[in-house]
Amino acid sequence: MKDGVNGVALGVFIFFFLAVTVMGFLAARWRRAADEHTLDEWGLGGRSFGTWVTWFLLGGDLYTAYTFVAVPAAVYAAGAAGFFAVPYTILVYPLIFTFLPRLWSVSHRHGYVTTSDFVRGRFGSKGLSLAVAVTGILATMPYIALQLVGIQAVLDVMGVGGGASSNAFVKDLPLLIAFGVLAAYTYSSGLRAPALIAFVKDTLIYIVIAVAIIYIPIKLGGFDEIFKAASAKYTAAGAGGLVPAEAGQWTYATLALGSALALFMYPHSVTATLSGRSREVIRRNTTILPLYSLMLGLLALLGFMAIAAGVKVTNGQLAIPQLFEDMFPDWFAGVAFAAIGIGALVPAAIMSIAAANLFTRNIYKDFINPDATPRQETRVSKLVSLLVKVGALVFVLTMDKTVAINFQLLGGIWILQTFPSLVGGLFTRWFHRWALLGGWAVGMLYGTIAAYGVASPTQKHFGGSAKEIPGIGEIGYIGLTAFVLNAAVAVVLTFALRAFKAPDGVDETSPGDYTADAGDAGVETELPPATAEASH
Amino acid sequence: MSDLPEVKPPVVTPVRVVIGLCLLAPFVAMLWVGSYTKTDPAFIGIPFFYWYQLLWVPLSTVLTVIAYQLWRRDQRARTSAKGGADA
Repeated sequence: MKDGVNGVALGVFIFFFLAVTVMGFLAARWRRAADEHTLDEWGLGGRSFGTWVTWFLLGGDLYTAYTFVAVPAAVYAAGAAGFFAVPYTILVYPLIFTFLPRLWSVSHRHGYVTTSDFVRGRFGSKGLSLAVAVTGILATMPYIALQLVGIQAVLDVMGVGGGASSNAFVKDLPLLIAFGVLAAYTYSSGLRAPALIAFVKDTLIYIVIAVAIIYIPIKLGGFDEIFKAASAKYTAAGAGGLVPAEAGQWTYATLALGSALALFMYPHSVTATLSGRSREVIRRNTTILPLYSLMLGLLALLGFMAIAAGVKVTNGQLAIPQLFEDMFPDWFAGVAFAAIGIGALVPAAIMSIAAANLFTRNIYKDFINPDATPRQETRVSKLVSLLVKVGALVFVLTMDKTVAINFQLLGGIWILQTFPSLVGGLFTRWFHRWALLGGWAVGMLYGTIAAYGVASPTQKHFGGSAKEIPGIGEIGYIGLTAFVLNAAVAVVLTFALRAFKAPDGVDETSPGDYTADAGDAGVETELPPATAEASH
Repeated sequence: MSDLPEVKPPVVTPVRVVIGLCLLAPFVAMLWVGSYTKTDPAFIGIPFFYWYQLLWVPLSTVLTVIAYQLWRRDQRARTSAKGGADA
């Protein structure tokens, strides 16, 4: 199927790539502020984005190139089990509707840039804040690496930078160029660059999905034929199926819930949220963001189409790029590849900015240089964003891809362990800071050990993210089990520490901070609904 | 500093119960996997399992919009009743 370089597709790809590069650098002038050397400007785009920019930014951020490649790849390999991404993204929105407006308000009152800033302010604990920051950075790094893996998959199918070339340098050159460009404009334009490029990315993605979901089924003889072919394949392979088996239902539900809870713990989601202009921007976004869920669902169906189209790849990640290459005319395949490639650049930029903000605010400023000026903070952040990306690149080039995927899996489990500190802290000050730290440590430890112990046919360790839930006996998502354990420890320890009158940290926030909106000092305050969320 | 800054327990009103239910419904529907693990009835060839979940995307969106509108109305009523006091 792979026959040398696809010239037309490559040409279209390069055209779009150059276009967004120019945009990335010009972005620095977009909505320019008086003083651009502050973290608010570089790292949060001046906190000035309206509903639509935030929508594109969040969409560009959460639905990454890796998602586009991995979700259909999972469906291609296992069928129904890979579709959990859809209920997962459905559950995200009622959740963020409930707690993100509070985070926005308190962050704007106190100038918090990261979630760790908030945790430190709320619980008066640098230790807890450090734990949250380190978890965030650790979880983000492999995520960035996976974006580069996404670009690699596309380049591979186009016939450049593939595994065939023996010369390591030539093989990796296209990736190095893409990476260099990304690093340069993130450095110069900050969050404004991905915000502007996200427009292009999402427009391309929506066009490609709309065409794919109509054009490909017509060529393959309709959905009936597609699902028949898929069903036959799963039966023949003895793995997967069109609906999850009885035993797989717990896994399906816990993966959906656990992933939904984890998504907005990621630093990059929070960065995009805090860049919004007002509370309303966030709430309104929960009503328009589901458009992306719909897109993701349709995208997942492409996994079945790849089966019906007879796409045979050993590396599942290549299934969708290969499907595009086989089904579309060359020029449109180029558009599709550009969509995926740019889809990797946007989140990679936001993630590296988010990780850099965490480092600067919660490690550099708290522990290394407490008197840092805003200018110094921005400089450190810019440098760290560069370092983080170089780290990710080295990771991808020197290690096997499965390592990045394993770490990404662990990252999801880890980041969920910051939930009690963050969301707990947004609604109540009841938890004791040391109890939260204890719960976090237990959750991290359990999650890591449990994930290490999961074997798969191809791997001895980190073979998956589901394992038997102790005491229930069903197979469930490790991250969620660890989270329940974490919360339980935090509750028990809080009772114990309160009984022993352990010193409580100073809370610098006041109840009104959680409801403040743009441009007010007590006027027009609103509360987000503190209802219903006792459910999880 | 107080231990319970947000005590003022939310007065449970019918409207707030409805808001809660709107936000809770998608969780019940999606996490009860057994209710939709079947292939029939299919829709234009797509098995039930898939189109049902896709259908929940717009459904949950509508529910969130309702919750949003109700909350805004609830807040406005409270604010005017209290003469702009902190909600």
